[in-house]
Amino acid sequence: MGLDIRIPIGLMFSMIGFMLTIFGAFSDRAIYQRSLGINVNLIWGVLLLACGLLTLIATRRAK
Amino acid sequence: MPSENAMNLTAIDWSIMLVYLVFVLGIGFVLKRFVKSSADFFLAGRSLPAWVCGLAFLSANLGAQEVIGMAASGAKYGIATSHFYWIGAIPAMVFVGVFMMPFYYGSRARSVPEYLRLRFDEKTRGLNAVSFATMTVFSSGISMYAMAKLIDVLHILDRPFAILGLPHSWMMHVSIVISALVVLAYIFLGGLTSAIYNEVLQFFLIVAGFLPLSLLGLRNVGGWSGLKQQLPTAFTHSWQGMGHANTNPLGVEVFGLMMGLGFVLSFGYWCTDFLVVQRAMAADSMSAARRTPLIAAVPKMLFPFLVILPGMIAIALPTAVASVPHGASVHASAMQTAGRGLIPAKMDEETGGPKLDSNGKPVLDYDLAIPNMLLHYFPTGILGLGLTALLASFMSGMAGNVTAFNTVWTCDIYQAYLNKHASDQHYLWMGRMATIGGIVLSVLAAYAATRFNNIMDFLQLVFAFVNAPLFATFLLGMFWKRATGHGAFFGLLSGTAAAAAHHGLSLPSGATAGIKGGWIHPAYFYPSEMAQNFWTAIWAFSACLSVSIVISLLTKPRPEEELVGLVYSMTPRPAPQKDIPWYQRPATLGCIVLFLVLILNVVFR
Repeated sequence: MGLDIRIPIGLMFSMIGFMLTIFGAFSDRAIYQRSLGINVNLIWGVLLLACGLLTLIATRRAK
Repeated sequence: MPSENAMNLTAIDWSIMLVYLVFVLGIGFVLKRFVKSSADFFLAGRSLPAWVCGLAFLSANLGAQEVIGMAASGAKYGIATSHFYWIGAIPAMVFVGVFMMPFYYGSRARSVPEYLRLRFDEKTRGLNAVSFATMTVFSSGISMYAMAKLIDVLHILDRPFAILGLPHSWMMHVSIVISALVVLAYIFLGGLTSAIYNEVLQFFLIVAGFLPLSLLGLRNVGGWSGLKQQLPTAFTHSWQGMGHANTNPLGVEVFGLMMGLGFVLSFGYWCTDFLVVQRAMAADSMSAARRTPLIAAVPKMLFPFLVILPGMIAIALPTAVASVPHGASVHASAMQTAGRGLIPAKMDEETGGPKLDSNGKPVLDYDLAIPNMLLHYFPTGILGLGLTALLASFMSGMAGNVTAFNTVWTCDIYQAYLNKHASDQHYLWMGRMATIGGIVLSVLAAYAATRFNNIMDFLQLVFAFVNAPLFATFLLGMFWKRATGHGAFFGLLSGTAAAAAHHGLSLPSGATAGIKGGWIHPAYFYPSEMAQNFWTAIWAFSACLSVSIVISLLTKPRPEEELVGLVYSMTPRPAPQKDIPWYQRPATLGCIVLFLVLILNVVFR
């Protein structure tokens, strides 16, 4: 109906993923003590960014 | 509260929340221009693909009760909580998709009460419409209240309030009003489509926010095998000790579980509750409508790993150590040692110490399992994502109730009894007004919940009585052409009466007579509250079924030609469509789903 829901989903996850990636890349390592020393912001950010972009690409190709 | 205890949210967390809000509202604004008729507003123009409806079907039910409550049960009972999914929800979802959707979708009814009108009569519809509409308003109010309470407990708004110099006592109002306005805006603008689209968005957000929590927690406790070592065996084996009520954490025996939860309660909810059925009715074809619950069933069966597992990890972790930089360690150290794992004890308002039960053990606040897990594992950044996921779950639950309310009010109460022959544009307008009305009533219900906690418990109990017998009525309506309107109506009434009577005559062991049961006379004792609930449902179902059958046989049946498309035996079976690939056939999908859930039951037995 009018709007393809995959577009906002892809856009939102790309944006959130991008924000987390950048923040994770430049953040202080000390804050990752609670996440078992893993930079979850960077890892999860890259993953969400990839998912978001893939959704957008898939939507474009379907048209 | 001292300010150093306030949650350490930074700009990145707020930005993620803001991005979410922009998208949620943006979807509403974009969809506004596509809403031209009442069918667009109430039924999304029956135009959505199956996967969208399927994820919304799942998400509409993912309210506060689901995320917070299932993690709480996970911490309290362990993996046995998965029975709510693997015995309860999944078989019911397969049933509604394969057997019931042909009548809901095929009858072209706009709502579940309208189906009752077509199949039975006006009074059965009226009874269902009024009780359902009341219930949705209170559920969304309770959702709103729970969210406001959580925002307060987690100190999410403490810092912004301190910066803006606003009084702490306004926090509750601000939380309630903002969440109400957001949900109101996107439903008012885009109707059901907007609610469904946002539910899909919320579904992915909930997965994105909670999956890293489960993964980190599991890694911390040494995987599933590590978790097994730290918990009692009954916590990691869902079927252990189910033979007898006293040998498993739920306090239910296998018959009560299968019949009460697996059959009556779950089928009653997933097959008759308009909140979820409405999502399937928005599908673009009969086959898509039937696939909706089946598509939803696949992620649904995996949800225990997202919502129950964090609860289990929370209880398995070593009891709060002060060295962990604990954002919300609001409880004094005496309170902390009374808790278990990440779960704090409830505070006794009078003594200021931990609240104790009748055995002198501290009462744990299991509802904090998920929030405390988020604070324990998530650094700023992903913490914003986790909290956004939590907010999303509250909003999707609220929106589900509001869209169900505006449809039932407009189609089954306003159009049916108050204004029968208005123009379509008038009903569209009324739908928008009902959205405002529903939200205002929800806000009032949320405030009622803050003032009179007991009244809310009481209302939820009454709704449980009203809902318990519903599935018997639908089962007879769809599969027995002899069932009549009088039979259905009086069956429902006697089912509700039976539920109330059973509750009034029984009591879970250790409870005092009153809201927990036994208010007529505590004549029978159950080992647990859950067992009592399951048996209340079984009694209500049986009473409704037998009374409906007897009265139907005594009253005049409806002419058979009127029942075409409404009853199984009177509806021509569609010829098997050769052009539909196997993975789109409801029966095939249903079998696959049931097979997968069987595997899960065997693996975690």
